[in-house]
Amino acid sequence: MSGYYRWLGLPIEASSYAHSIDYGLLLIHAAMLLIFVLWGIFFAYLLVRYRQRDGVPATRDDERHGWGSLIPDLIVMAFEIALIVFYAIPVWSRIKVDEPMGKVNTIDIVAQQFAWNVHYPGPDGKFGKSDPKLVSFTNPIGLNLKDPAAKDDIVLSDEIHLPVDVPTLFNLSSLDVIHDFAIAAFRVKQDIVPGMMIPVWVTPTKVGTYELFCAQLCGFGHSLMHGRVIVQSQKDYQAWLKSMAPAPSAAAQPANSANSF
Amino acid sequence: MDTSHHNQSWLRKYVFSTDHKTIGLQYMFTALTMLLIGFTFVMVMRWQIAFPDLPIPVLGRWLPARLAPNGVMTGAFYNSLGALHGTIMVFFGIVPLAVGAFGNYIVPLQIGAPDMAFPRLNMLSYWLYFAASIFILSSFFLPGGAAQSGWTSYPPLADFNPGQTAWILAMVIVITSSLLGAINFLTTIINMRAPGMTLWRMPIFVWSEFVASVLLLLAFPPLEAGSVLQLMDRVMHTSFFLPKEVMLFGVLYKGSGGGQPLLWQHLFWFLAHPEVYILVLPPMGIVAEIIANNTRRPPHGYKIIISSMLFIGALSFVVWAHHMFLSGMSPVLANFFLVTTMIISVPSVAILTCLIYSLRGGSIRFNTPMLYALAFLPMFGIGGLTGLPLGLTPTDIYLHDTYYVIGHFHYIVVTGSIIAMFGGLYFWFPKFFGRKMNDTLGKIHFWGSLICMNGVFFPMFITGMAGESRRLWVPTAQVHDLAVQPWNVVGSISAWLLFLFQLPFIYNFFHSLFYGEKTAENPWHATTLDWACPSPPPHGNFAEPVRVYRGPYEYSLPGAKHDWLPQNLESEAAL
Amino acid sequence: MTSEAAVMDVPHVGAGTGVTNAKLGIWLFLASEIMLFSTLFTTYIILRLGSSSWPRGWNVLNVPMGTLNTLVLITSSVTVVMAYAKAVERKRGQFRLFMGLTIALGVAFLIIKGFEWGAHFKAGEFPSSSIFLAAYFTMTGLHALHVIGGLITNSILLVLSEKQWDHPLFVGRVEAAGLYWHFVDIVWIFLFPALYLL
Ligand code: HEA
Ligand code: HEA
Ligand code: CUA
Ligand SMILES: [Cu+2]
Repeated sequence: MSGYYRWLGLPIEASSYAHSIDYGLLLIHAAMLLIFVLWGIFFAYLLVRYRQRDGVPATRDDERHGWGSLIPDLIVMAFEIALIVFYAIPVWSRIKVDEPMGKVNTIDIVAQQFAWNVHYPGPDGKFGKSDPKLVSFTNPIGLNLKDPAAKDDIVLSDEIHLPVDVPTLFNLSSLDVIHDFAIAAFRVKQDIVPGMMIPVWVTPTKVGTYELFCAQLCGFGHSLMHGRVIVQSQKDYQAWLKSMAPAPSAAAQPANSANSF
Repeated sequence: MDTSHHNQSWLRKYVFSTDHKTIGLQYMFTALTMLLIGFTFVMVMRWQIAFPDLPIPVLGRWLPARLAPNGVMTGAFYNSLGALHGTIMVFFGIVPLAVGAFGNYIVPLQIGAPDMAFPRLNMLSYWLYFAASIFILSSFFLPGGAAQSGWTSYPPLADFNPGQTAWILAMVIVITSSLLGAINFLTTIINMRAPGMTLWRMPIFVWSEFVASVLLLLAFPPLEAGSVLQLMDRVMHTSFFLPKEVMLFGVLYKGSGGGQPLLWQHLFWFLAHPEVYILVLPPMGIVAEIIANNTRRPPHGYKIIISSMLFIGALSFVVWAHHMFLSGMSPVLANFFLVTTMIISVPSVAILTCLIYSLRGGSIRFNTPMLYALAFLPMFGIGGLTGLPLGLTPTDIYLHDTYYVIGHFHYIVVTGSIIAMFGGLYFWFPKFFGRKMNDTLGKIHFWGSLICMNGVFFPMFITGMAGESRRLWVPTAQVHDLAVQPWNVVGSISAWLLFLFQLPFIYNFFHSLFYGEKTAENPWHATTLDWACPSPPPHGNFAEPVRVYRGPYEYSLPGAKHDWLPQNLESEAAL
Repeated sequence: MTSEAAVMDVPHVGAGTGVTNAKLGIWLFLASEIMLFSTLFTTYIILRLGSSSWPRGWNVLNVPMGTLNTLVLITSSVTVVMAYAKAVERKRGQFRLFMGLTIALGVAFLIIKGFEWGAHFKAGEFPSSSIFLAAYFTMTGLHALHVIGGLITNSILLVLSEKQWDHPLFVGRVEAAGLYWHFVDIVWIFLFPALYLL
């Protein structure tokens, strides 16, 4: 994993909005460091300058200047307002509120203790219906095989293939408890709540293999709930899709259980 | 002085006492013990974090195979230790120490009251707390084992996981205890001040306990309600926090559905955010007392500090969902909590600024309590500043649920609250027991603790920034944070060294209890009323009724002979 | 006990506020109780808004019984005020009469509630049956626990009126218990329409 870590110890930026998050991290940490160092120097100076010495009594404040100490507050507040208005709200809206436009690659993620099921609609572009009542060991997401749309669906376990530079919409759902869909290199993180379908979108920008992991405590196997995200060039991705096209009878079997990351 | 306590039995005097001082000390010993137990849990966890595949030395052989087959702990056991570490530290360690122990002992003294307003209720609070402590510890031996869903206990996991019922019951008991305590503190502070003790003459510590009590009173009931609902889900099989069609370990759960998992998170954080300020406000008050005393001057901006505390208290009820930015809650709603979170950091900065400015013009005595109070300032600074990237919604996407969060709040609660309360122990020890703690041992304890605490918690920022999640039973299972695993080893070793540096403290504490240098009524030459009564104060506290003539920190008055003028003296001539 | 009272020189009326500790304490306690029940009501609203279907209370619950219980509790609020008035007037016999009535009405409330619950159980309706019933049983159950708490305090006061009638704090305690009883009553006045009528 050489070349994985960058400044501040952050992983590489492999998605469209990774940089805007890193930018904020850099900005705020620079400010924090500045505040801390300035205060630290002042603090150390005070400790030395006003240490107890014989014959030097303590002096009391001049009452009239009592509110002058609020000035650092005002500076911090102004900085925070600027961060909120010019950074946090716009970037947050772009990442979490706005919908991606144009051609979108949609993938359903069904989390369960302690695995990731990845559901592709297949060549027809339609997701087959699924029903928790049908869940079984061989059918982890309870895909309804009678549904014609389900015939060509692809279900992977612990592995996601993505085409580079195509906006991807993940629809997150969970079969049992709360999980969290996290890919550090993409700066993606989103809780998955049973009973809800939560959309998350991201555009991968770098070909490579990254790690998908669960970031919300979901039981004893929480730390083992991880998988691979394989970002491929669009050509490789199409080739992979074709290779996955299932023989009709084998539809919706977990085609790949690659756990050997 | 009254003589009537002669005929009290030993049991009445030391065990089922209604005297706020005895109860305060009972709280103190129990809370310190709980802190030590919570620390022990985390020391065991730190082995797993550093060396996930190796059997735990020594302890591994004693643990039953159910918890640690071949000496390597199971995921469920790791989660139990984690959940109980968080719960015990927060609800059974810091809060009882800050409010139950220091509050109980010091507040009535500082306002010149003979006792708390409801002495018997006070005793009941303590015993409820004690019972809850025993109960939550014994949950390891109950059939389901201890809770293992984190201190946050998010359902549906917490609705199904074994051990959770005991956790809920212990929480309901400890919540009841805290509520009764809060009522008692508020009534005492409002109603029982000595003549002349106006609100603006109350020491900052009393104000901090006042705000903390308001928070306890108003924030705990929602969690109590939430606990009842979770209890119903577990025991009566209702579905308050369950949607339709939830599976548990591959089997469909036959509940009615219709509930909402996120509801619990709202109820929990509505309590837990005010709770974190309960963890830090009384320690801030302690720091203010120690700084005023050891700079020999009134703290800068007494009124700013107090208004900031009140402001923090009020605002802490509207920031809770900053823990839930990524929970699936509406992302538009997040903007509101982003703004309130940024606003609430401003009064914290104001308090810190005032405390630092208080040093200016002082004559700083570097004794052991003062070292702790001074260390609080930059350490709380680190903890507070790292709260900012968590409060900013976009950066929290990356940092949420990583070790960065763990680093953030441990800097506040450990290098902040614990450090401040260690300072408070050294400061008020002479009042508690009429003896002083050893200074050299105190300084060894100070430097050792400070350095080791930083050794545990600073690496968390590094691992967190690299993307390592919290609550990882096997941190090396995830490849993307293998590279920062050495930092986990550094943290673990520091945690164990931190324990070694507590030994001088424990020795010092018990040794000084019996053999420490005897001290007079007011060894630090302090001005507040807690130093205007004998050490330790008798039953009823003050030999004769006190009157208050001035503000709490009249140090270094120009033209005066002494550099301190107690609140209860009419003029300096009486010194 | 006696040595306790002598030792504790605790002033019982605030110097600055003029309010007794007991009264201040009970108001603070009620503040936390208000938080508790408002949380439950908020929960109820959120669950209801989040559900696709929600039964009409009157189709599931027994409205006549609920109305009767409302009347019972309102009456008991009146009697507890009377009891307090008689305690102030120092008329012990009448105090005991009204306090006794208050307790009897409280018990009647619980008995009627018990019949309602019993009928539900017989009909196979349990807290686990639906989210509405879960809310109904939890909220009325918690309220019933508060009623029981009030009954215990009121009974203790009734017993104490024998020996501690002239205790300086006695009237204050009756007042505090009365405030609490009113609170329990008011909670029901919110619960009844929320569960039965809306
Ligand atoms: C006592 C405890 C305490 C305190 C005071 C705070 C204070 C703050 N907290 Fe923290 N927080 C916790 C305890 C605390 N927190 C806990 C326990 C959690 C995790 C819970 C869990 O998930 O398990 C948490 C998590 C947490 C989160 C959620 C993170 C996540 O899960 O994604 C957020 C997000 O906004 C946050 C923000 C803040 C902010 C903005 C402050 C602000 O109030 C801070 C303001 C302070 C400052 C800005 C410092 C200013 C000082 C200086 C400038 C002076 C420097 C001085 C010198 C150098 C001498 N906290
Ligand atoms: C107030 C709260 C508090 C305190 C004080 C602490 C203290 C410590 N914490 Fe804790 N911690 C939490 C609250 C707290 N923690 C919470 C809420 C969590 C999250 C849990 C979750 O995920 O659900 C957590 C999680 C947590 C983790 C992450 C676990 C994980 O995610 O898997 C780690 C890892 O190292 C850790 C470490 C430590 C350490 C080393 C200390 C040490 O610094 C402790 C030091 C203690 C002392 C120095 C006290 C010593 C006492 C004495 C010396 C008394 C002597 C006795 C007498 C005289 C009678 N904590
Ligand atoms: Cu799934 Cu943690
Ligand atoms: Cu918070």
